[in-house]
Amino acid sequence: MPVPATVGRTYSDELDLRITDSSLRDGSHAKRHQFSLDHVSSIVAALDDAGVPVIEVTHGDGLGGSSFNYGFSLTPELDMIRTAVKTAKRAKIAFLMLPGLGTKEDIRAAQDAGGQICRIATHCTEADVSRQHFGLARELGLETVGFLMMSHTISPEELAKQARIMADAGCQCVYVVDSAGALIMEQTYDRVAALVAELGDDAQVGFHGHENLGLGVANSLFAARAGAQQIDGSTRRFGAGAGNTPVEGFVAVIDKLGVKTGIDVRKIISAAEHVVRPAMDGECLLDELSLTMGYAGVYSSFLKHADRLSKRYDVSGAEMLIRCGERKLVGGQEDQLIAIALELVEEKADA
Amino acid sequence: MPKLTAAIVGSGNIGTDLLYKLQRSDLIEARWMIGVDPDSEGLKRAKDLGLEASHEGIDWLLAQDEKPDLLFEATSAYVYRDNAPRYREAGIKAIDLTPAAIGPYVVPAANMDLNLEADDINLVTCGGQATIPIVHAISSVVHVPYAEIVASVSSSSAGPGTRNNIDEFTRTTSRGIEVVGGAERGKAIIILNPADPPPLMRNTVFCSIPEDADTDAIATAILKRVDEVAQYVPGYRIKSEPQFDGPSDVNGGQARVAVFLEVEGAGDFFPPYAGNLDIMTAAATRVGEAIAAARIAKTGKDV
Repeated sequence: MPVPATVGRTYSDELDLRITDSSLRDGSHAKRHQFSLDHVSSIVAALDDAGVPVIEVTHGDGLGGSSFNYGFSLTPELDMIRTAVKTAKRAKIAFLMLPGLGTKEDIRAAQDAGGQICRIATHCTEADVSRQHFGLARELGLETVGFLMMSHTISPEELAKQARIMADAGCQCVYVVDSAGALIMEQTYDRVAALVAELGDDAQVGFHGHENLGLGVANSLFAARAGAQQIDGSTRRFGAGAGNTPVEGFVAVIDKLGVKTGIDVRKIISAAEHVVRPAMDGECLLDELSLTMGYAGVYSSFLKHADRLSKRYDVSGAEMLIRCGERKLVGGQEDQLIAIALELVEEKADA
Repeated sequence: MPKLTAAIVGSGNIGTDLLYKLQRSDLIEARWMIGVDPDSEGLKRAKDLGLEASHEGIDWLLAQDEKPDLLFEATSAYVYRDNAPRYREAGIKAIDLTPAAIGPYVVPAANMDLNLEADDINLVTCGGQATIPIVHAISSVVHVPYAEIVASVSSSSAGPGTRNNIDEFTRTTSRGIEVVGGAERGKAIIILNPADPPPLMRNTVFCSIPEDADTDAIATAILKRVDEVAQYVPGYRIKSEPQFDGPSDVNGGQARVAVFLEVEGAGDFFPPYAGNLDIMTAAATRVGEAIAAARIAKTGKDV
């Protein structure tokens, strides 16, 4: 059987794929947004030294995410970005923003703090809310990335149409974002391939995976084969739900396949163990709640909220997550988890 | 009983839903419907209901001998910014349903009587109408250093105006939470959910409160206020008892109260899930009627 090419399209002359590490953004969920500046500087220094080309640093829910709904940050995110920028010698620092939560003012402030790549996320059917933000980011000279969250919920064709909206608005790389960790290999391939076919040379395509079905590395491989040029991960899986595609794991696999990412395999393996792991409150695990999220197609950052609320109200966290899936909640609706917990309390009282 | 005459500018969905509500009013007679598209369904509908309808915009309206007592603006923030000075020049009082935020904010169940004299009145946003009464109720009992609201609306009820200017929603709502709601600092979050069948509008209000606050008094004030809003938005309801939590790190070290609300629309023109649109037209009707009642009381009869 002929072996398919590992990389469908190369990122540049130097890199076959460009990797973005999201430990200091998606990891914020696992850390319940309690990063210190020491965490930022130690992780950025280690990843930068290992050759990770892009490091994302923001509250887990993006600029302006520090709130009752998502959890307040211990450290102001602009201070985190400044520290990351100061620490990195080679890596570019990226930041995330979600229209409806963050605003154009936040984008300006993040750029003033030294952020170079603006990543703008919408639910995968709502790309048009990002137009003004992509417009501004390009006007400011920022590199742009678009996130189509919860990509498992719509067909490849529909997803490609939404990617087109982002690209036309000024997005330079549209990501298929598997927020729920619910995509299974060919489903990832088909979505990435549909975006590549739609966007051609107008914009690159990326993939952001989660481990809720244990498929982060496998999905990322399928994405690369389908033509994704940028791949997200988090070292040591440090992220929401069961965590993100482990950067060190993915890099080890594709290095064996001869793919250039510019990342030193030995150094990133060591950074995962000796720098990132000590900053985590615990490993990101494929346990009852996170596997339920992958199975029910639930937004990964609901995990810590469900866990906390199940204790606060003495109800089943897994049952809460199943209901999130049934109700088709989208990213950002963390408030509705409390409403669901209260319903379960009421049902228990009635029983 | 004498009625105030009114024009609706903007013959889209909001304008049409508002027309249906004004048709039931004892105090306001909707007489003109103004649009810019000769093929507008809204204009056709208005004509069938006996209104004078024109697709020639406000130029046509302002050229008429008889001017409306009241004008409801249901266009967009950008259009209203151009229109507002012309209404003022013509001496027409305007109620603005766009997030242009030129005139003072009015939320019927919070600050109705304060700004009725203004030349033009702004209704903040749908999320503001749904949540500011609750922030105001809480801040009338305790000091509220920070209030945050999350409005979730169905994707199909969010038109191009909202989508192209989502920052204006968050900015205007945040400001309304402070100016009208009485919180020292406000924050607004809007979520669009494409689920099918479309979910009802949901709103959550979080307020930071003093650790030793009288939670019974706060809860009582919230429930009373929900009833007051429900008088002009019948589908407005609270989903559970207000929830009180002590300080914790994820709460930024603040004690807080959380209130979960749902708005089911009256189904006048929009389907019931679009509570976000219904609450705007219901608030506009309520404000318009308050202005009418005040003016009729002052002049005795004809206005």
